[in-house]
Amino acid sequence: MTHCEITVRINGRSYAGRVEPRKTLADFIREDCGLTGTHLGCEHGVCGACTILMDGEAVRSCLLFAVQAVGAELMTVEALADGDRLHPIQQAFRDHHALQCGFCTPGFLLTTLAFLRETPRPTDQEIREALAGNLCRCTGYHNIVKAVAAAAAALASDPRPGV
Amino acid sequence: MKPAPFEYFAPESLEHAVDLLHAHGDGAKLLAGGQSLVPLMNMRLARPAVVVDINRIPALAYIAADTETIRIGALTRQRAAETSELVAARCPLLRDALRLVGHVQIRNRGTVGGSVAHADPAAELTAVLALLDGRVVAQGRRGTRVIPAADLFVTYLTTSLEADEVLTEVQLPAVPTGAGWSWMEVARRYGDFALAGAGVVLTMAAGAIAEARIGLTGLGPVPVRARAAERVLAGRTPSEALWAEAAAAVRDTVEPDGDIHATAEYRRHVAGVVVQRALREARGRAADAAGSHG
Repeated sequence: MTHCEITVRINGRSYAGRVEPRKTLADFIREDCGLTGTHLGCEHGVCGACTILMDGEAVRSCLLFAVQAVGAELMTVEALADGDRLHPIQQAFRDHHALQCGFCTPGFLLTTLAFLRETPRPTDQEIREALAGNLCRCTGYHNIVKAVAAAAAALASDPRPGV
Repeated sequence: MKPAPFEYFAPESLEHAVDLLHAHGDGAKLLAGGQSLVPLMNMRLARPAVVVDINRIPALAYIAADTETIRIGALTRQRAAETSELVAARCPLLRDALRLVGHVQIRNRGTVGGSVAHADPAAELTAVLALLDGRVVAQGRRGTRVIPAADLFVTYLTTSLEADEVLTEVQLPAVPTGAGWSWMEVARRYGDFALAGAGVVLTMAAGAIAEARIGLTGLGPVPVRARAAERVLAGRTPSEALWAEAAAAVRDTVEPDGDIHATAEYRRHVAGVVVQRALREARGRAADAAGSHG
């Protein structure tokens, strides 16, 4: 089996690895880089748990191969908090009880981050459409929608540079 | 490891991609956005021996237009086309249809050319191409050819592209100035494949319908033009009764399949519903010279 030597930029750091071309980016992030905050649910692009940012855009990391990420800047959930200080989106999810088991949460957080950068003052309808590609099986979506609205308000009043 | 092993190439020129396809024949698959191919590979429903990744060929991503036609490079992300001012101005039907392709995470990677080449019978882009009588450009070893939509779609997930041809560009005639348009579909959940979908372009003249174009998705092995309904509408004055007549013509002609999502009979019914909704909305958007003079 042919392997490829690759270097991938994640959260501002370079990760080198030796992978088969068939290794998905999600598996590379979890297994080779040890960044297990990115979760895998369906592994065919439906559930959104594996959502990360690639050059600032929300993408399914289970539908990319690691070799395709060479040259791109990736961001995973690990880069959201500043030490023990939660990112405003994380804080809003916590405050509004927008998670129970938390499995789907990393995907929701990164989807929300990309969405609020593009749409800083969203309507409820826009929030619902933006979250439509992420599935949650225990919390229900009402509190997640509330959390995203609260995060938008928090970010609008106290935008952190570079976030 | 989900997919079966494959040999991976990431050519940096179109010519190299064509050469690789030629060298590896039917065992090779082109990888563009990967939003359909990679799920199939993860489930091992597709096991290509060779993957030719065209994402390192940026020259294939562009949106350009002259007065009559929009030209979209095959590697253009669906999200880029959806948010393009040029697309909004010349072909708002395409923008509206793109909004219902999967979810934003899918459209950030999924490409315009990939969706057309994949030829899913429930896709939006294929039906827009058929509705507008669009064309695609394909490049193979023997050169470039232009394939009209009517000659492109063969059956489920199958086009007339040769194994060593790369779809390089999608060409869509602009929606005529003053024409009304609409894209409507019914899906179980937002972002799902449509149970049935319809696109309409209506051109009005002197209070009557000069030309109606109707494209349907999810209602057969290939995108369907509702020719019988188009004939029903031509030259007639818009009314609710006329929309119902067109819907009946659609229900009489489509031959949908039933599956776990919906029975054939239900799809047939919904086909009429979405056509009526689309006609209503398109009529509302159409400029009508005679109407404006009262």
